[in-house]
Amino acid sequence: MPTSPPGDFLRLEQISKRYGGVRALEGVDFACQRGSIHAVLGENGAGKSTLIKIISGVVRPDTGALTLEGVARDFRSPSAATAAGIVCIFQELSLMPDLSVSDNISISAPPRRLGLIDARAQRRRAEALLAEIGCEDVNPLARVRDLPLSRRQMVEIAKSIGHKPRLLILDEATSALTSADVEKVYKLLARLKAEGVSILYISHRMHEVEALADRASVFRNGRHIETFDMGARTTPQIVQLMIGRDIATQYPPKPPARPREPALRVADLNWETSLADISLSVGAGEIVGLGGLDGQGQKMLLLALFGVLKSVSGQIEVNGRPVRMRSPADAKSPDIRIALVPEDRKTEGLMLAMSIADNLTIASLGDFASGPFIDRAKERSAIEGGIERLRVKIGAAQDAVSTLSGGNQQKVVIAKWLMTNPRVILLNDPTRGIDVGTKQELYRLMRELADQGAAILFYSTDYDELIGCCDRVAIMYDGRIVRELSGADITETNIVASSLNIAQGAHV
Amino acid sequence: MSDLALRARQNVAFLTAVGLFLVVYLIYHMSHPKGFSSAVLVQNADEVFTLAMVAVAQTVPVLAAGLDLSVGALMTMVGCCASYLLTGTTASMALEIAGYSLPLGSLPAGVPGLVIGMVICLAIGALGGLINGLVVVYGRIQPIIATLATGAIYIGIALFLRPQPGGKIDEDLNWALTNSLGDFASTVHIFSDGAAPWFAPFAGIPTPFVLLALILLIVWVPFRRTVTGRTVYAIGSAEGAAYMSGLNVNRARIAAFTLGGFFAGCGGLFLAIQTSSGNADIPQAGAYTLNSIASVVIGGTSLLGGAGGALGSVFGAMMLRVISFFFRIFDIAPLLQPLFEGVILLAAVSVGSLRVLRVKNTLELFR
Repeated sequence: MPTSPPGDFLRLEQISKRYGGVRALEGVDFACQRGSIHAVLGENGAGKSTLIKIISGVVRPDTGALTLEGVARDFRSPSAATAAGIVCIFQELSLMPDLSVSDNISISAPPRRLGLIDARAQRRRAEALLAEIGCEDVNPLARVRDLPLSRRQMVEIAKSIGHKPRLLILDEATSALTSADVEKVYKLLARLKAEGVSILYISHRMHEVEALADRASVFRNGRHIETFDMGARTTPQIVQLMIGRDIATQYPPKPPARPREPALRVADLNWETSLADISLSVGAGEIVGLGGLDGQGQKMLLLALFGVLKSVSGQIEVNGRPVRMRSPADAKSPDIRIALVPEDRKTEGLMLAMSIADNLTIASLGDFASGPFIDRAKERSAIEGGIERLRVKIGAAQDAVSTLSGGNQQKVVIAKWLMTNPRVILLNDPTRGIDVGTKQELYRLMRELADQGAAILFYSTDYDELIGCCDRVAIMYDGRIVRELSGADITETNIVASSLNIAQGAHV
Repeated sequence: MSDLALRARQNVAFLTAVGLFLVVYLIYHMSHPKGFSSAVLVQNADEVFTLAMVAVAQTVPVLAAGLDLSVGALMTMVGCCASYLLTGTTASMALEIAGYSLPLGSLPAGVPGLVIGMVICLAIGALGGLINGLVVVYGRIQPIIATLATGAIYIGIALFLRPQPGGKIDEDLNWALTNSLGDFASTVHIFSDGAAPWFAPFAGIPTPFVLLALILLIVWVPFRRTVTGRTVYAIGSAEGAAYMSGLNVNRARIAAFTLGGFFAGCGGLFLAIQTSSGNADIPQAGAYTLNSIASVVIGGTSLLGGAGGALGSVFGAMMLRVISFFFRIFDIAPLLQPLFEGVILLAAVSVGSLRVLRVKNTLELFR
């Protein structure tokens, strides 16, 4: 292995970790330097999460040594690692939803007076930290529960820099952010880097890695494959290192545009202040993208179409028949057959503690019932079919779904809804936090389903996906659809311009 | 939105409980022949104190997402202890069980002895809570089942101490603590035996009410502002996140149960002083436990933990008690009491969930 340059802050030597029979990390050597942004790349299940957990004291390695500035360390808890200056922003948020923003930011070491928490000093501290990352709009008194996901992530970041990190780990920390916030985070990282902080950056978004990182390490199947300076490898080379095989084309080919029967038609949809005069149609066999900045009503539109929102006004037609949905149960009923792959797969998509098999059939149990009882034989064959169709990588169908990697969990969510044989499939950012290989499988699957006649409405925060997958893209701004792009007009420039709602004139 | 409006919106459940209580209590006083008098206030405060204390005891573990089924039992056990320790005499105490006599030594006479006795009672309560916490944390047992077991043990000890209701409480102590501040002052000979002119406006305030406020002010309010107190809320809100933030989750959970035990001890101590005896009454212990949970819910604390507070539970307890006060002024057949109480309790709890009707995004209901 390479000898350690003097700037090394953290070194791992021959680290191995097993969970039961599964090898998570095997003989990993890894080092990261002061004042540098180091990307850690790899598919889900490559061992990145375990690596981070070991560095931040959440799990302890079976073998191997961890040295910090040349001193051997053995962290027994996250707080021990934090005390040593290692701060991790986890993919799963570490915020307490019922506590206020300022409580959360100072949770582990609040400012105190006479032994009691000084609420006023705590609030000032929260204000200062939020200002540091450009989030003055967040009220420190607000409860985290009441904030949208993107704001919560910024609070998480404010909380982490409050620890004065010497090694900051970002695990998919930007995946929930709006593009404006991503810019703020970039600036913050550049400043921390200049101050000599080491930064470990885990992201599935290659353009972020290219823009930010100085060095990168690729992991595959629990092994460290290669570490290189950014620029020494091209993006296709990096992707190939990650998946260990060539990828031909990222997106399946789109069929030529043709007029289609609308499977889903929406007219003048309004809801509270989030949706305004939405009119949209999705043809059978068509993939329509929802684009725009985060939080412009896209998620609410999908929820409205799935019967989750009350007092929605306007018309919704499925296969030419007007429908009224009061609940998701109505939406999936045989007359309507709408499916939604929700925003948060861990709480809304899956019952994590239940088995893969139970999760797969939970939305279509009626099909397997004879009388009041579930026909186990019928159910079992459907489960096998579902697992096979999506190539879900599992040990046994009776394992808890929580044992799967993020990508495979998402496949289970999708397979669950395919069992209801939906006419209309609503997808809420389904590739968030998923590795490159699985993403491509999902793109292929979406096209396959469309070709079989499903109408797909696909919200994504990743413009590349919208461009690569969609026949048409509707851009939302402030609860309205401001522009529909189709065919060759679906370009990054057009999407970005319409998202900011500034370029109506440029098109004409 | 202003900070005040934001805080009001965050505490809407608590404010609803307070508002509802005030309305109902006002109606009660207006319908009562001796309404708005010190005598009625004192009587009400005496009847509310124990339940309010037990409800506060329940609140702390509930905030950390753990139900405590032993609060009623712990209260009873402490009450039985008090009936031995607060006799006010120097006679040496002895446990009389099945003909055997177990000498326990003696306490000094008068006020010092009573103070020491009360401190011992409260310490026994806290110890019971501490045991609950240790069993839950280090036994890794669900709180609801762990406290079901320890609660049975505490009732067992209470029965052992007082197979039959009995014992004795110093009469002056009883008089001083269960009446108005004026009676308190004249019993302990302060403020010119309560006759000082400046004291007159306060003389009518019920002593139990002042005790309740003092206990909350001295124990609960500071606790909420400690790191341990904050951690209790954090555990109920998201235990995983609390642990990952480097908080001492185990210590906070043990502290929550211990503090709960202390408050239950306060309740038991007062009940013994008020009734001048110790009584290992099993149905009563059960009723207090269940009513404490009802008070917590009415007071706006989430049974899932993380949100709410002790003051809400006090109002919840007062609300529950006012319901039964009404039976005295309106002539309702005693046999119908449980039925009416149940219906009114259901209605009171439902008021808190009215806001569900305003939720337009039904997914919010499950978050």
